[in-house]
Amino acid sequence: MMGSDHMHRRWSNLRKVLERSGPFCRPDFEPSTETLQFLLDNCKILVIGAGGLGCELLKDLGLMGFRQIHVIDMDTIELSNLNRQFLFRHKDIGSSKAEVAAKFINSRIPGCNVISHCCKIQDKAEDFYRQFHIVICGLDSIIARRWINGMLLSLLVYEDGELDRSSVIPMIDGGTEGFKGNVRVILPGLTACIECTLDLYPPQVTYPLCTIANTPRLPEHCIEYVKVIQWPKENPFECAIDGDDPQHINWIYEKSIERAAQFGIQGLTYRLVQGVVKNIIPAVASTNAVIAAACATEAFKLASSCSASLNNYMVLNDVDGIYTYTYEAEKKEDCVACSQVPKEIEINNPKFKLNDLIEFLCEKPDLQMKNPGLTAYINGKNKTLYMQTVASIEERTRENLTKTLVELGLRNGSEINVADITTPSTIVLKLKFVYCNSDM
Amino acid sequence: MASPAPKSPEQSERNRKYDRQLRLWGDHGQAALEGAHVCIINATALGTEILKSLVLPGIGAFTIVDGKKVTSEDIGANFFLETDSVGKSRAQIATQMLLELNSDVRGDYIDEEPDQILYNSPDFFNNFTVVVATCLVEKSLVLLSQRLWELNIPLIVCRTIGFIAYMRIQVKEHMVVETHPDNEVPDLRLDKPFETLKKHVDSVNLDELSFKDHSHVPYLIVLYKFLEKWILSKRELPKSYNEKSQLKQMIREGIRRDENDTSNSEENFEEAVKAVNTCIGRTEIPENVMNILNNDQCINLTAKSSSFWIIAKAVRDFVENEGGGLLPLKGTLPDMTADTEKYITLQQIYHKQAIADAEAVWRRTLQLLRQLGKSSDSIPERDVKLFCRHALNIYVAKGTCIADEYDSKIFDASNIVQCLENPESMMVYYVILRGIEKFQTEYNSYPGEFDDQVEPDIVKLKVCITKLLNEWGCGPLVKDDYVHEFCRFGGAELHSVSAFLGGLAAQEVIKFVTNQYKPVHNTFIYDAVTSNSGTFFF
Repeated sequence: MMGSDHMHRRWSNLRKVLERSGPFCRPDFEPSTETLQFLLDNCKILVIGAGGLGCELLKDLGLMGFRQIHVIDMDTIELSNLNRQFLFRHKDIGSSKAEVAAKFINSRIPGCNVISHCCKIQDKAEDFYRQFHIVICGLDSIIARRWINGMLLSLLVYEDGELDRSSVIPMIDGGTEGFKGNVRVILPGLTACIECTLDLYPPQVTYPLCTIANTPRLPEHCIEYVKVIQWPKENPFECAIDGDDPQHINWIYEKSIERAAQFGIQGLTYRLVQGVVKNIIPAVASTNAVIAAACATEAFKLASSCSASLNNYMVLNDVDGIYTYTYEAEKKEDCVACSQVPKEIEINNPKFKLNDLIEFLCEKPDLQMKNPGLTAYINGKNKTLYMQTVASIEERTRENLTKTLVELGLRNGSEINVADITTPSTIVLKLKFVYCNSDM
Repeated sequence: MASPAPKSPEQSERNRKYDRQLRLWGDHGQAALEGAHVCIINATALGTEILKSLVLPGIGAFTIVDGKKVTSEDIGANFFLETDSVGKSRAQIATQMLLELNSDVRGDYIDEEPDQILYNSPDFFNNFTVVVATCLVEKSLVLLSQRLWELNIPLIVCRTIGFIAYMRIQVKEHMVVETHPDNEVPDLRLDKPFETLKKHVDSVNLDELSFKDHSHVPYLIVLYKFLEKWILSKRELPKSYNEKSQLKQMIREGIRRDENDTSNSEENFEEAVKAVNTCIGRTEIPENVMNILNNDQCINLTAKSSSFWIIAKAVRDFVENEGGGLLPLKGTLPDMTADTEKYITLQQIYHKQAIADAEAVWRRTLQLLRQLGKSSDSIPERDVKLFCRHALNIYVAKGTCIADEYDSKIFDASNIVQCLENPESMMVYYVILRGIEKFQTEYNSYPGEFDDQVEPDIVKLKVCITKLLNEWGCGPLVKDDYVHEFCRFGGAELHSVSAFLGGLAAQEVIKFVTNQYKPVHNTFIYDAVTSNSGTFFF
C-alpha cells in the first residue's frame, strides 16, 4: 500500500538538506541520495535512557531518518514520569521504560526499528557498544555518564601511538534540571571527555553530621536527621528506606515534623520530605524537548556530515528570556580517562596511609571516585590493597587502611590500579613521593 | 511532647503526576495553567511540538485552527499524525493524537483556514489566554497581530526553516511578580537595620560570650557588629576592594581560638568574611523596580487598573511612608553556621518584620480599592504578600505590535542597520526570513521549494531582500551565503529544529499563563548549525 512515491515525499524535508549542497556544509559533504539511505538502513544509534530525554530522543531520531536504534534503560514507568515522558500512559505504569518506548515509536513511525534493552549499561560488554555509529545519553546519573564515557574510550584503537579514527564513536550527551540544560558533543580521544570536565558538575549538597544532630536550622536538616540517624536506629519497617514506598515517606515526614516542632523550625512540607529523601530533580516537558532536540540535530549532522557539529558544549537557561551559550570545553592533557598518560599522584607525607589515599581519590575534584578498589604489583605479586565492594575481601584487606603506603611496600614510582563504579576499565595511578627520604 | 502525632497528608494522584513541575511553578502556577485556553494556528510539526509540551504539564484546554489536509510530507516531520491519516483534516488528527497524552486536558479544533476565521469571525480569538501561530503568511500575520494587540492577548509567532528557528512575542504589557532569579541577593539591611533587628543585635555582646557561644553566633550578627564599628570610625560603608579587605581583616582578628583544640576554627567568622562581598551593599530600591513604581500606571490608578498596578501603588505609598524609603522586607535568611536557637531567633525577627511590612501594604491596598470604588475582595491578601516577598525582583515589559514591523512608515530599522554591520550578527536571519515572507506572498511558494527552481529562486529571493532593505534604508547584504543556504532549505521543516523551538515556545506560553519567569523580549533566533542564539527587540 505504501508506495515508493509516498516514501519519497515522506522524507522530502530531509532530502532537501541531504541532496543539495550549501555554503555552510562540511567540506567532506557530498550531496547524494545515498546519505538518506545510510541513515535509514545502516546508521546504528544507541540511546541511553528512556526517560525525559530518551522519549524525546527516540521520536526526534525516528523523524530525522534514523531507523536502526537501540535504547537501554533499567527503570520501570512511574506516575510522576507522565508529566513529560510522553510515550507512556497510565496503563504502562510498572512496565519497562525501554520496552514501552520502543514499541510506541515502532508503531507510530513506519519502518522504524527500535530495539529495547531493559538492563543496566554495565550489563553490556564492549562488543555490544562497538556496533554503534553514535551513542546519545539522556541520563540523570553522573556515574553512568562517566561509565559510558570510559567504555567508549576503551574501544579506541591506537597504533604506534596514533589514534585510529575509525574506532571513534561520537558521544552526544544531554542533561536537564528544571529550566536549565546542556548538550555536548564528545569525540572520544579527540575532544574533551566527561572526565576532562568533571569539575563542571556541582558537588552534591551534603549537611555536616554535627549540624543535623546538634544544631538543625533548616527543615532539610530535620529530614536528614530522621533519614540518617533515626531510621537506622528505629528501623521501623526492618529494611532500607525506599523512596517510592509511601509508608516510608510518611514515617519520615511524621518524625521530621516532630523534630522540626521541637526545634521551632518552620517550612517542613511533605513535598520537601520527598524531595530530600529521593533527591528529586525538578523536571518539565519543555526543557527535555529542547535539549533532546538539540542532541538529535547533532546526531543528524554527525551521521550525514551535512554541516558542522556543535563545538562542543552548549548551555541553555530559559528562566529569564532564553539564554544559550556555546563554548569549546578543553581536553585535559593529563585526564585520567582519555590522556593515555598514567596520572601522577604526589605524596608529600611519609605517614600517608592507604585510608588517606582513598579519601583523596574520592575528594579530588577531577577524580571524584565513589568506592575505589585498589591493587598493586608488589614484590613480583599482584596484591589487593583494599576493596570495599566484596565483603570477604573487604574484611581481609581492612587492616591495610591504617598502614602507610611505605609499610604496604609501595615506593616512589609504584603504579596502583584503581577500579571504581565510575569507570568500566581500571585506572592506573603512579605514585610520586615528593618528600625527602631523610624525613622518614 | 503532648501534641498529637502529626499525620501525613493524602497525596492526590494529580499531585503525584505533576510533582516534578509543581516543584518549579508551585500549586498556584499549576492552577493558572489548568485555567488557561491556548489557541494554536496550524498543526505543523512545530505546532504539535509546542502543544505537546503544553498538554503534558496539563494546560486547561487547546484549540487547533488549521484548514489543511494531512500530506505525506507532514507525516515525515510530525509525530502527531499517522500514516493512514493522509488526506484527512490535519487539525482533527492532531487534536485526537495530542489528547491521548493527557486525559486532564480538553482539546478541540476548527477545520478552517485561519484567514477565513480572521475575516469571517473576528471575535473568535477573544477568549484565549495565549495565541500561537506557526507557518502563517504575511497578510494573515499582520491581521492577527493587530486583532490580538487590540484584545491585549499575547501572541507568539514561530517559524523554522531548515536549521534556523525564529520566535517573536507580541504582548502589550506583561507584569511578573515571581521572576525566579537564579542568583537572589539576600535582603538583610545591615546598613539600615529595622528596630527589632537593631534591638536584638544590640543585646548580643560578642566579647562576653563563651567560646562555644562565640563560635555559634550567626555570621549576620558578626558582620553587623564589625560593620557598626567600621561606620563609627569611617562614617560610611566600605566600598572599594581595599576597604572591604580591611573589614575582612578586622573580622579575622575577631576570631577566637579554643585553647584545648587548636584545629577548631570559627566557621561563623569565616562565613562573615566571605559575606563581606555580597551582604554589605547599600540597601536601596533597584532602578528597574523604581521605574515600575514611578510608572504613570502606578501613580495614576484608574478603575481599570489591574491588581498588579494597584499593589504596586500600595508598595509605593508604603515606601514613602512606613518603609522610610525602602521596599517591604523580604523576610528570608540564608542558612548560616549557628546553633538552632540563635538562628531561629534571628530568622523570626526577619520573618515578623516582613509580615508587618506586608500587612501595612495590605492596609494601603484596601484603602486604594476603596478609593477606586472596588470591592475589598477583588485582590486577595495572599497576592499582596506574594508581591511584597518578591518586590525586589518584579518585572514589567512593554511590547510592540508585530504589524508595525510590516509598516515601513512606522518601522524603525536602525537596529537592523546597526546589527548588520557585524557580519556575525544573527540579525541576517531576520532579514532573510522577512525576505522569504515577501517571496511567499509574491510566488506562493518557498524559495527553493522545487528541485528545478533552486537557482532561479536565489535570484528572486535576493530581489525580495534588496527591496526590503531599500525600504528600511539599509544597504544590500554583504554576502549571498545565507540566501543560498535558505534556498537549499527550500522551506524544509526539520523535525529536530521544530522540536527545539517547540519546547521553547511552550515554555514562553507557560510564562504568560502562570505569570512567572521573564518571557523573551521580544524576538529570538536560533541557528541549529552552531547552536548559537540571539535575542532582539523590535
